[in-house]
Amino acid sequence: MAEMTDVNAREVIFRGGGFQPGTRRGVGLAVFVVLILLAEWGTRSGFISPLTLPRPSDVLLTFQELYQSGMLFKHLGPSLTRLAVGALIGASLGIGIGVLIGLFSLVRAGLVPLVAAIFPIPKIALLPLFVIWFGIDEASKYALIAFGTFTPTVVATYAAVDNVDRVLIRMGQSFGLGWWSIVSKIVVPGAMPGILSGLRISLTIAIILLVAAEMLGAEYGIGAYILQAGSLYDLERLFAGVVILSLLGVAVSAAVAFVERRVLRWRV
Amino acid sequence: MDLKLSSVSHYYGETQVLRDITLDIPSGQIVCIVGPSGCGKSTLLRMLGGLERPSEGRVLQMGDAPAGCLNPLTYIFQDFALLPWRSVRGNVALVLEGHGLGKARREAIIADVLARTKLTDFADALPKQLSGGMKQRVAIARALAVNPAVMLMDEPLSALDSQTRELLMDDLVALWTRQPFTAVYVTHNLAEAVRLGHKIVVLSRRPGELREVVELDMPLAERRHGDPVLEAQQQHLWGLMRDEAAAADAELIDG
Repeated sequence: MAEMTDVNAREVIFRGGGFQPGTRRGVGLAVFVVLILLAEWGTRSGFISPLTLPRPSDVLLTFQELYQSGMLFKHLGPSLTRLAVGALIGASLGIGIGVLIGLFSLVRAGLVPLVAAIFPIPKIALLPLFVIWFGIDEASKYALIAFGTFTPTVVATYAAVDNVDRVLIRMGQSFGLGWWSIVSKIVVPGAMPGILSGLRISLTIAIILLVAAEMLGAEYGIGAYILQAGSLYDLERLFAGVVILSLLGVAVSAAVAFVERRVLRWRV
Repeated sequence: MDLKLSSVSHYYGETQVLRDITLDIPSGQIVCIVGPSGCGKSTLLRMLGGLERPSEGRVLQMGDAPAGCLNPLTYIFQDFALLPWRSVRGNVALVLEGHGLGKARREAIIADVLARTKLTDFADALPKQLSGGMKQRVAIARALAVNPAVMLMDEPLSALDSQTRELLMDDLVALWTRQPFTAVYVTHNLAEAVRLGHKIVVLSRRPGELREVVELDMPLAERRHGDPVLEAQQQHLWGLMRDEAAAADAELIDG
């Protein structure tokens, strides 16, 4: 072997960088701030006409007015109630039936094609039908939101139950645990990660349906407020309504993230 | 309580995996089952614990389980099978729930088995915080908690590195020496078999048949890593298995 000399020595080139998602705090917020500042500057300088986009500061003023006149809560109250009741019914039915599909092949054979058939129906199209079934009042809105939350929750739940480690179920059986113990102590906790990530999607869908239902027939509610503003071409109020929806979406996602952190501490 | 396999054969579809196995598992002894991969040794273990039905033949339990035994036939799995959302204590508690034991009684059993497996300080840790060896000790603690008549161990050390394996073998020997238990220990590792087995059963490749039963008289506590007598036994077993293992290795999976 030849003697190694310094002349031949070269640093080995590093090529292992990248492809590592990390956390960057504040960047998301910065994107929002930059976009809003850009809009503000554009509308003030006349680069963007007021017909195209309202001035962000005006939207803020409208929002303030809405808050001070008490109308904000008059609209937000019914909307939040509809969202909570509808999503609660839809998600609990979805999780319940999803677990049953996951556990029993008979239920699976019977219901999976049905779920596949109703999944792609735009639920908004069924609102007139729900109005006939449940009346023009709150019940039809609850039904629409519940139905819209139900389908994605069912699919996420039975897929999550399918993914529970079979070894753990065999373990439960081998220690003589009863059927109910295996379901409640092994299957459901094991399916929790999948169920929660399904809820993230179905709750977002619930917000979309909430607005749709309120646009088609409600006196108060964020959807009604946005529809009113739209028909008057009042862009400031329209945008104020849209901002409320975005905040609602962020709040729901934060709530799910909070629950995930509490419930899924055990995850690697 | 003894276990007995009486001319057991088993088929998966057309493929025969076990042929006419007759075997006694006397109480107070560790019976090791070795054989090349795919010879049906894990299937045999699942039958012993009632997780699978043999196509032909019978699995018999001779006599009643001793009093105070919550789950006579208890498994220890290769990949631990711990609930990741429960702490060490919670994983042991799982198998004690639903037996109508009082809270104080359960706590006492948990404290006892955690002490026997040297896990007392880790009672509140989650499985993700534990090393492989510790996870398997939790699984052993869980099995001891139900006071089993027979422990059914399916390659319990195969997922561990070789140092941890040595340590856990010492632990198992210490546990057995303090209080002899009955166990069926399936492994492909001949060193484990000669360290832990009172009786070593060699199966042939698929369809698995009984090739030889080796009895080892040396007390478990006296067996040491690298002992010449054990080395010779291990060589003898390897001689029996070598050609079978080579042939099994060359087979197509679904052939």
